[in-house]
Amino acid sequence: MATTTSTPAPKVNRIGLTVLDYRGGKTTLCAGCGHNAISERIIDAMYEMGVQPERVIKPSGIGCSSKSPAYFMSRSHSFNAVHGRMPSVATGAMLANHKLIALGVSGDGDTASIGIGQFVHLMRRNLPIIYIIEDNGVYGLTKGQFSATADLGSKLKTGVVNDLPPIDTCAMAITLGATLVGRSFSGDKRQLHSMLKAAIAHKGTVMLDVVSPCVTFNDHEGSTKSYKYMKDHEEPLQDISFVPAFEEINVDYDPGTTVEVTMHDGSRLRFSKLEEEYDATNRIRAISRLHEAHEKNEVLTGVFYVNPEAPSFIDMLNVTEEPLATLPESVTRPGREVLEQVMEELR
Amino acid sequence: MATTDVALHEAFGQKEPKRVVNNMSIQVATVNGSGSQSSNTVLLRSIFQMGVPVSGKNLFPSNIAGLPTWYTIRANKDGYIARKKEIDFVIAMNAETAQEDVMSVAPGAAVLYDEPLNLNKLRGDLIFYPVPYDKLVAPVCPEAKLRKLVKNMIYVGAAAQLLGIDMAEVEKALRKQFATKVKAANLNLAAVRAGFDYAATNLTKQDPYFIQRMDKNQGMIIIDGNSAAALGCMFAGVTVVTWYPITPSSSLVETLIDYMKEYRIGPDGKATFAIVQAEDELAAIGMVLGAGWAGARSMTATAGPGISLMAEFVGLSYYAEVPGVVWDIQRVGPSTGLPTRTSQGDILSTAFLSHGDTKNILLLPCSVAECFTMAQDAFNLAEQFQTLVFVMSDLDLGMNNWMSDPFEYPKEPINRGKVLTKEDLDRLGGFARYQDVDGDGVGYRTLPGTEHPAAAYFTRGTGHNEKSGYSERPDDFEKNMERINKKFDTARSFVPRPELITSGKSKSKIGIIAYGTSHWAIIEARDQLRDEYNLEADYLRLKAYPFSREVHEFIEQHDRVYVIEQNRDAQMLSLIKLDIKPELVTRLRSIAHIHGLPLDARSVTDELTSMEGK
Repeated sequence: MATTTSTPAPKVNRIGLTVLDYRGGKTTLCAGCGHNAISERIIDAMYEMGVQPERVIKPSGIGCSSKSPAYFMSRSHSFNAVHGRMPSVATGAMLANHKLIALGVSGDGDTASIGIGQFVHLMRRNLPIIYIIEDNGVYGLTKGQFSATADLGSKLKTGVVNDLPPIDTCAMAITLGATLVGRSFSGDKRQLHSMLKAAIAHKGTVMLDVVSPCVTFNDHEGSTKSYKYMKDHEEPLQDISFVPAFEEINVDYDPGTTVEVTMHDGSRLRFSKLEEEYDATNRIRAISRLHEAHEKNEVLTGVFYVNPEAPSFIDMLNVTEEPLATLPESVTRPGREVLEQVMEELR
Repeated sequence: MATTDVALHEAFGQKEPKRVVNNMSIQVATVNGSGSQSSNTVLLRSIFQMGVPVSGKNLFPSNIAGLPTWYTIRANKDGYIARKKEIDFVIAMNAETAQEDVMSVAPGAAVLYDEPLNLNKLRGDLIFYPVPYDKLVAPVCPEAKLRKLVKNMIYVGAAAQLLGIDMAEVEKALRKQFATKVKAANLNLAAVRAGFDYAATNLTKQDPYFIQRMDKNQGMIIIDGNSAAALGCMFAGVTVVTWYPITPSSSLVETLIDYMKEYRIGPDGKATFAIVQAEDELAAIGMVLGAGWAGARSMTATAGPGISLMAEFVGLSYYAEVPGVVWDIQRVGPSTGLPTRTSQGDILSTAFLSHGDTKNILLLPCSVAECFTMAQDAFNLAEQFQTLVFVMSDLDLGMNNWMSDPFEYPKEPINRGKVLTKEDLDRLGGFARYQDVDGDGVGYRTLPGTEHPAAAYFTRGTGHNEKSGYSERPDDFEKNMERINKKFDTARSFVPRPELITSGKSKSKIGIIAYGTSHWAIIEARDQLRDEYNLEADYLRLKAYPFSREVHEFIEQHDRVYVIEQNRDAQMLSLIKLDIKPELVTRLRSIAHIHGLPLDARSVTDELTSMEGK
């Protein structure tokens, strides 16, 4: 079986860049914050996939999560927008230049409360974007209030108990039309790494909900988003490995225990040690499995749903190959004869 | 009193009525959803084709079908196209409003009405023309369900006959209206003829109003402001349009979609634009920012409630310096207000839209021609100053039909502002996004995707230094805010300059400042003031905010300056107050007009003369 961790990372990647070329500024988040681990995984995945950093944009909302784009990939443009409204900014940028690779970072408050409207409509459009929720169940920057992904019965440090059910952003994303949806844990290095690489290869909306413990406000006994709770309750749906299109490695796998999904660019996403009969290309099965997990109090992780061939929003808009942003005046301003014709029709 | 009123009174009661030629206001009262819009457009175009200056204003309810709607056509040989306060010729088709419609007109007016309404009993000082529409429609329209629509074409024929409009012109206008729908055109033409013939045989002309052929409209076009704006945006090279439907702005984007599909698809069949209907105005403006940031010419169109929703993003755009264009087709607020009536009520809120210190560039079109040119100005200014530019149109301009000289092809090339390319960065080695290199307050930016290791910068609404790094340092914040203010000051010399209209004779002590669609009432009111009161008023028409030096000079040169606008709180006057020397503030007087109908000259004249003690 091919796992990327089995091959030692070269000093330069396939486009001749070192991992340092993917670094960002020094983090100002708390020591041990899950978000920092996610930033590290993004750096590794982008480096290993040989993504040109200048082609990447990092839109984000507001909150601890949304500050993190400052801490990875300084050679990529960032746009730290307003609270809950990163999806619209990302959409506009991708309309302007569909050749960009959008990696959006949001949080659970930013997505599931103030930003739920824009989140819903982003998922519907299948815009090419990797949308990461750094999910810790609390508002960090305002010092620890519950967010809408906090589990029922989860307890704050102050003893306040959450009595409202959580919003499952993955189930929502699948229902609404996102085409690669999964949940991971900032502490599950291997799984998150493979999922991010698959996300980079995917064409369409990728929605990754990454549980990312808040060491300051939500890592105590009674929290369901703590390191300890996740270590005890994480239930991976499958083992995930990713073979990028540019790698010629062909390792045999047992079709009886491993399922392979070919991505749009020819990469292969492999699932092994599967739950019996789980089919990640079946949307209805994916949604019902997530509901089952809630019934059983499991924190189910893995790739729940993938559809590599659905048309993206950019396909639907039928725009020119050259980015709209840089079209010359000769293309964007019709000639005199057009104005004359229109004027004649109005006489 | 208006000269027309004098003429009317003289006309009424005489054996040989005096003819009032090419000077009248026709009001058509119908029910919305009854197809009257086509009939009214045909009537308007027929007069236009007769060479008589004309304007049409639709007064409609916020409703799809069944509520009263009025359409006013003004024909005026002198070229006055503002709304006229007095109605001279009523076409009463709506049983629900007919009595009030008749009771509200001045003595001597003509009333063309549906016979069963029995309106002729209401007053003895009007001229009544009954027409049995139901009897006339049956023979020309065998299909019963179409009769409601076709019935309205009959009044076009009857009015044409009474007013002396050439039937050939009516037919031409009707064929244009129905374009390729030949069957519908023929059916409607039969209805027009039925009305015309009925009037010719059964009605005796008693009112003084006539349309007579002139040659004032040679080469001119008829278009609504929203369509003109759409054309302007297309020729300005817009590439990304994101919007949320709201009256009265929706038709701007809908027309733009039609034009772009026709003229902006490349030879390969691919679109050179993207138009997206967003989930709300918050998303629409967010997409404008994302697209503008990534280098597109991006825009949205909205009205007051949308402007309110966009406030937070507008502040981000101001502070993070992201270009984009917002069309505000103003309607009456606050809240849902009168969503189908016109207003200039968003001036103050838009000028300072968002939290913290924010000042936005506003452009103020008064005509369809300016909707076209200011669309181009707006995109150039937005990219030049890396900020949002708001074009403050209104419902009267946006949704009504206006005559205009044909639009001129843009003279200036598109200005994309200060954008550094890969080659620039190769030469420079790097750049500081928010550094005032040229002394105009405007920094250089790069677009995402620029293939240079030093191209990227971090865009944020939080405090930042010249290099776009996060900063909470007081000196960084202050310096940055002062530089952004400098951009605004630089913009004073680049926005469209105000237009000064004077008598050219003696220096007047009275000045008028107005903007947008108020213009049409002001030019007529100035003539009324001169002709009826021997009062000369100089006039400065604003075209933009921030104000240029001409505004200060104009106030300095006049003892009393009347700022006339279509809102309650003297919003533009308030903006001017903030800009001028304190000793000049007492010269300003407000004339406010807030009931939602387009401004008329008589109201301005009456108010101004009363304030002048005349």
